[in-house]
Amino acid sequence: MVDIQGLTKKYGSFTALDHLELTLNEGVVFGFVGANGAGKSTTFSILATLLSPTSGDAYINGKSVVREPKEVRKQIGYMPDFFGVYDQLKADEYLDFYGASYGLSAAERKVLIPQLLELVNLTHKRYEYVDLLSRGMKQRLCLARSLIHDPKVLILDEPASGLDPRARVEMRDILKHLKSMGKTILISSHILPELAEMCDEIGVIDNGKLIAHGNVATIQEQLQGDKRIIVKVMNEMEKARAFFEENPMISSIEAIPENNELAFNYRGTTQEQVNLLREALLSGIPIYSLTEEEKDLEDVFMAITKGADAE
Amino acid sequence: MMERFSNPVLSKELKLRFRAFKSFSGLMFYLAVLCIFVAGFLLIYTRFSGTAFFRPSDSFTMFVALSVIQMGLVMFITPGLTAGSISTEREKQTLNILLTTTQSSTQIIGGKLLSSVAFLILMLIAGLPLYSLVFLFGGVSPSQLITIFLFYLVTLIAIGSIGIMFSTITKKTIVSMIATYGAMIFLGGITAFFFFIGISMEQMAIHSATGLAQNATPFSPITYFCAGINPGALIITILYPEMASSLESAVGISMPIWIVYLIFYTLLTVFCLFVAIRKLRANMKTNR
Repeated sequence: MVDIQGLTKKYGSFTALDHLELTLNEGVVFGFVGANGAGKSTTFSILATLLSPTSGDAYINGKSVVREPKEVRKQIGYMPDFFGVYDQLKADEYLDFYGASYGLSAAERKVLIPQLLELVNLTHKRYEYVDLLSRGMKQRLCLARSLIHDPKVLILDEPASGLDPRARVEMRDILKHLKSMGKTILISSHILPELAEMCDEIGVIDNGKLIAHGNVATIQEQLQGDKRIIVKVMNEMEKARAFFEENPMISSIEAIPENNELAFNYRGTTQEQVNLLREALLSGIPIYSLTEEEKDLEDVFMAITKGADAE
Repeated sequence: MMERFSNPVLSKELKLRFRAFKSFSGLMFYLAVLCIFVAGFLLIYTRFSGTAFFRPSDSFTMFVALSVIQMGLVMFITPGLTAGSISTEREKQTLNILLTTTQSSTQIIGGKLLSSVAFLILMLIAGLPLYSLVFLFGGVSPSQLITIFLFYLVTLIAIGSIGIMFSTITKKTIVSMIATYGAMIFLGGITAFFFFIGISMEQMAIHSATGLAQNATPFSPITYFCAGINPGALIITILYPEMASSLESAVGISMPIWIVYLIFYTLLTVFCLFVAIRKLRANMKTNR
């Protein structure tokens, strides 16, 4: 459904996007993660036909964003990170204007508008002026606007930014509903745990390069070699420390005697971890607990981008 | 059938314009200026007595003055209505969303221009009852009034196009306004200045040429062109046809200047709209 091929965008000597390659199937919810200025909005602007790439191309449902922008616009619903509204329009008029802008007939708009307002929980605000709506309501109205022509692909740039927790939850619920409708959704967010919960695939972009792509578990797998293990040992801390220090896959051992804990980085697979535990017990080390430190998406992001910087 | 020809931007702009208080206040200001002028003119000509005569020639003078004032107002108001049409969308962060719809750049620019022109036409029509006073006293033919209104129409479409062009190519509304008013000053003021300089130089050249002075025929295409693109010069030649003859003999070109005016402002309109349409999606290689 979305096929990005060697997408590059340069502003003078600055490279905002560097040969980005990405393929997304229909119905996938893709979370785009990256620091500010990493290239997320540039990618979305190109996909939304607002910006021409310096080289490369992107295809939405087989249509080129460079050569067939008008066809692409029929396929996408775009919600920018910052947007304004027309102050003097009411919510239904706002949707009506964009419906007409997408070439929908008055009869079609008349049927669609109440349905969309219901989808985003704004039926009660139908005849309110848009500028009187709260930030969260405006975000939801903008989302409804992006759906008015029933696009196959939704491009949502930071849809939850600036929202309070309640509005964020409401937005997330709507997105889940859209996912159930089979829409292909590209979403960027700084609220990484939210993406993890909602997205089928995650892409991490840093300095214009896609440095990781896959489902959340796959990306976490990339960090397996660096997982942090905490072992609790009854007495015999020194013996335990000496045993683990001999293992070449273990590094950065840290002892916390008051908690009977040894913490270390382990680079092995899950099976190797099982073997390590068995060997430790056979060596007479009284281990009564072995736990793996939980790494959420933020840790993954920090680790990956730190690695990219180091390169 | 009607929907095929409807322009969503035009409908939206008209809706927004007529909901805004500044539209009504602008219209009120415009009519107030005209009313004050007409009332003042009538009082002065009747010597504040209400019993003096008001001759058809006086009525014609009032028509001339009213037309010139209205032209000034059109030239003053049109940039204000059009020079922010695209840049305001950009500043309010609504332009990007508009550009991701399936509307073409031509539709968007066309809708913006037509909505401004429609409002200006409303202003002109709103001023018509004041013109009816002229007809009450006689001295002016309906054809003169129609010619004047056609002249307004050509002028306001051209100025509107200039405003929309600057609004598209500049990022800030204030810059666009300054540029558009600058263009107005050039078309209305600088060309008049060059016209008078040209005429003076032509006269000096004829008078200083000894012996041949009686037979010398002036020929000054640049001066003629300056007069041809100046709205003030055109309105005077429309109202006083004898001035057109004087101008033709002074510059040595017998073609009526309204032809130059029409060609120049039509080309200017086409050029400005072309640039605006091309530059609306400036970040895209294609303009579809």
